[in-house]
Amino acid sequence: MNKARALIAGHGDFAEGLLSAVVQISGRDDVFATLSNRGLSAQDVERVMRERVEAGNLSVIFTDLPAGSCTMAARRVQRVRPDVIIVMGANLATLLDFIFASDEASPAEAARHAVDKGRGSILVTEGPASGGGERGA
Amino acid sequence: MGLDLFRIDDRLIHGQVVVGWGQPLDLRFIVLVDDEVASSDWEQELYRMGVPPDMEVYFESVASAATKLAGYRADPRPGLLLTGDIATMAALVEATGREIGAVNVGGIHHRAGRVQRLRYVFLSAEEEAALRRLAQRGVAVSAQDVPAARPLPLDEVLLGDGHR
Repeated sequence: MNKARALIAGHGDFAEGLLSAVVQISGRDDVFATLSNRGLSAQDVERVMRERVEAGNLSVIFTDLPAGSCTMAARRVQRVRPDVIIVMGANLATLLDFIFASDEASPAEAARHAVDKGRGSILVTEGPASGGGERGA
Repeated sequence: MGLDLFRIDDRLIHGQVVVGWGQPLDLRFIVLVDDEVASSDWEQELYRMGVPPDMEVYFESVASAATKLAGYRADPRPGLLLTGDIATMAALVEATGREIGAVNVGGIHHRAGRVQRLRYVFLSAEEEAALRRLAQRGVAVSAQDVPAARPLPLDEVLLGDGHR
């Protein structure tokens, strides 16, 4: 099976920052490409995203905000490339899980697995005085 | 509060609008004025997907927005009207008389023929002239990408060299 590769896209240094953390933790720099929307019009975000997806043979796009221009651009790319999968609201746990899940699973399965992992990694911890424990958010 | 923010932003609905302005202003509705989007169910669904469930989006052409603007302004909920370019906002101002007293330039990005004025504003000579005409009509034109930034009046914007 060809290993799935993916794009991380978002505001500011979101993508580069997450990639830096991914590489530091996993040592893997062969899975993700990145894109920032900084200084780009909506049309340019879409154009650059499409170029990166095509050039890198990328099958999954991870974005930051559902309302963000990168997510909008990803939806437009998906309209002409329905095989591309979009994951919105990505976090570090999501991306780390994707690396390892995509070694064994299809891109869609790896993306779903990574989303479950990322969602489960968001927790609130309250101090003992508040009477609360550790809860999923 | 009602509808009192009129913004030109070529990304239309995106993070800066929904979160950056939406949360501090507690925006409850957006009027997106764009002839192409107003005629496309797919485009409308795309933008609708980007807003939280407690925020409504109304899609209008320039003509329909001009007709309904007084109604939107009478809506007590905090609202924002968006166009994707200067020409659309200018056409709306033209069609509605003095209904629009101030325009916020929120994001016009690089394109061939445009000169960078601010970090997030690039303008062609025609676009600069259109903004000046708006100002001459009495519309207060300023640039401000996010609420925490200082609004820059048009004269300052047009003197900019892209470093702010």
